[in-house]
Amino acid sequence: METKNVMIVGVGGQGSLLASKILGALLTGEGFDVKVSEVHGMSQRGGSVVTYVRFGDKVYSPVVSDGEADFIVSFETLEAARYVGCLKKDGKIVVNTQTIDPMPVITGAAEYPYGVLRELKDKGVFVDDIDALSLAEQAGSAKAVNIVLMGRLSKYFDIPKEKWEAVIKQLVKPQFTDINLKAFELGRDER
Amino acid sequence: MKKLMLGNEAIARGLYEAGASVVSSYPGTPSTEITEFAASYEEIYCEWAPNEKVACEVAFGASLRGARSACAMKHVGLNVAADPMFTLSYTGVNGGLVIFVADDPAMHSSQNEQDSRHYAIAAKIPMLEPADSQEAKDFTKTAFELSERYDTPVLVRMCTRIAHSQSIVELCERVEKPLGEYVKNAQKYIMTPGNAVKRHPVVEERTKLLARLGETTELNRVEKGGSEIGIITSGTAYQYVKEVFGDSASVLKLGLVNPLPEQLIRDFASGVEKLYVIEELDGIIETHVKALGIACAGKEMFSPLGEFSQTTIRKAFGMQTAEPVALGSSIPVRPPVMCPGCPHRGLFYALSKNKITALGDIGCYTLGGAAPLSALDSTLCMGASISGLHGFNKAGGAETEKKTVCVIGDSTFMHSGMTGLVDVAYNGSNSTVIILDNSITGMTGHQNNPTTGYNIKGEPAGHVDLEAFCRAIGINRVRVVDPYDISLCESAIKEELAAEEPSVIISRRPCMLLKYVKAKPAAVVAEDMCVGCGSCMAIGCPAISMKDGFARIDPTQCVGCGVCAQLCPTGALTCAEG
Repeated sequence: METKNVMIVGVGGQGSLLASKILGALLTGEGFDVKVSEVHGMSQRGGSVVTYVRFGDKVYSPVVSDGEADFIVSFETLEAARYVGCLKKDGKIVVNTQTIDPMPVITGAAEYPYGVLRELKDKGVFVDDIDALSLAEQAGSAKAVNIVLMGRLSKYFDIPKEKWEAVIKQLVKPQFTDINLKAFELGRDER
Repeated sequence: MKKLMLGNEAIARGLYEAGASVVSSYPGTPSTEITEFAASYEEIYCEWAPNEKVACEVAFGASLRGARSACAMKHVGLNVAADPMFTLSYTGVNGGLVIFVADDPAMHSSQNEQDSRHYAIAAKIPMLEPADSQEAKDFTKTAFELSERYDTPVLVRMCTRIAHSQSIVELCERVEKPLGEYVKNAQKYIMTPGNAVKRHPVVEERTKLLARLGETTELNRVEKGGSEIGIITSGTAYQYVKEVFGDSASVLKLGLVNPLPEQLIRDFASGVEKLYVIEELDGIIETHVKALGIACAGKEMFSPLGEFSQTTIRKAFGMQTAEPVALGSSIPVRPPVMCPGCPHRGLFYALSKNKITALGDIGCYTLGGAAPLSALDSTLCMGASISGLHGFNKAGGAETEKKTVCVIGDSTFMHSGMTGLVDVAYNGSNSTVIILDNSITGMTGHQNNPTTGYNIKGEPAGHVDLEAFCRAIGINRVRVVDPYDISLCESAIKEELAAEEPSVIISRRPCMLLKYVKAKPAAVVAEDMCVGCGSCMAIGCPAISMKDGFARIDPTQCVGCGVCAQLCPTGALTCAEG
């Protein structure tokens, strides 16, 4: 199988590492060769963060480069636009409609591009936008945004729902299993 | 059993399987998780040392006593550990000794982009460079074997993309390495000139033997493909090469990157029409190849700056790359920022407001140099804030001393700030040193250090009392402030700058991200009182923004630290007490 590429992007501290962990474990379990490349350290402090997940028969590079991403899962609105150059022509963006102002917007040096998802759609980019924060709160915790987004991403994968759920059960703390499974369900079935 | 593992986790697994029993390190991105994961194995004694030099010397001592030992550090950490390392090359080892060094091309979390391979050449120490997690584990085990067989420390070079990428690793069992015998051997281990003179030729001979090993070792391999293009590469660059060329080009993948082979390269070069060397950072393999009189293309095609990717290689070879979607909207940058509730913020505001020159250091608080606080004037290396301030004041005299401070974190102070403070006390500059004590090593992800009173496993450990330490070395004026109290910070800074002797201000409050630190209710804005003056924006808190002429608090981010409320001139912004 040709290597498939997923990018998980967002703001440091939003919990994207758990999302990549879930994908990594799921895809390894499916028998794929998998590489996951993460960012640690300084960028995690509220900066723009990106994690690459690649899988296929044999994966060499740990990073996803220009025009290669089959999926971009964005935890925040403008971060989806920042990395759109990495999206394949027929790639898909799953994006949380939450906005988090970056420092230049807070200080007034720049404006938040609120219309950016509309613009992406107008340019023919496949954008699946979802209010993951509200759904996460509905599931019982604002922190479950990452699982809501995994739920939505799972719709585009040819892997049974039960396998995703099994991996989530395995990787989240037992006391949060119910909240996370509900978050997954809401992400997958919303709309 | 197969497992998806981070490169750093795979190294820790390699340490376990190789029977290593002592690991001492100082945290530094992207190397930190090596030692954190190693500490999860009961069989390995692991510790956070105060700095990399100490860590390397601990590894030396453990090796001398006959244990397989290791230390891990980031590239700039190797500058600190270079002193013991260079002479370790002469003494050699008893138990195997491996030094892991993680470079950071593109400087994701570093102050420079140095290439550690230069150190291997300069210190005449063999260096291995893995290209994925499986190799990270395998090379760790090989490194111990080489260390013992060739009586040398061995360097293993990582980089961010190998250290922080997960790939599949086949796990093996641990092979116990019983503690070796310690036999006194003065000629080998006491590096006086008389002994060192006899050890240097041994080192030169060893390098020749290792170069010979490079011709046949499995660490270096030829992957035969098309004969039109031949590529010599190593580490992460190998992965990008394979991604682009697959089997269409021939590849010489080097795992032993110092010393480099000769005949292997000559044979490989003679079998291909055009030879390329593709390596991140400096053109070290390329220089070697050219010194052999072999024509190749290298740094004229591939930059010595930053990280590569498959796109870098496609572009260099003139291949087609994707056309990016052009957006009309401009996308603002999102640099890292100090977290909401960060204890450094209030103190930095006090410095910034009073236009005080502040020499900075390495840690989360380096972010205080960014707008809008813009509170720092320099950041050089670990510990340089204090010694730099001493020099700044010696050059500038009394006038400079009255308006200049330095800031340094608790862990950085332990690392190499304290020697600078000894210089201040000993050679008497009237310096004002601020220790930002957030009770943890923050930027690298919360590691304990000698001031926290806990060890790498979170168990109670020795505890350095900062106040007592500063007084003991001769600083009479030592005081503690709460950085959440801006006016207290301001008055303390003014008083200590005015004092006629050196002083230390300890700005003490634990990092807001520590589990035991509980958030308070979020601040609230009374819109009828807010005049939209923007005073609260001066601290650069990500939880505060201006919307429709009013300050707005993001309750999901705000932790109720109360620093912003102290800036509000109308009392519109308030925090709940308690």
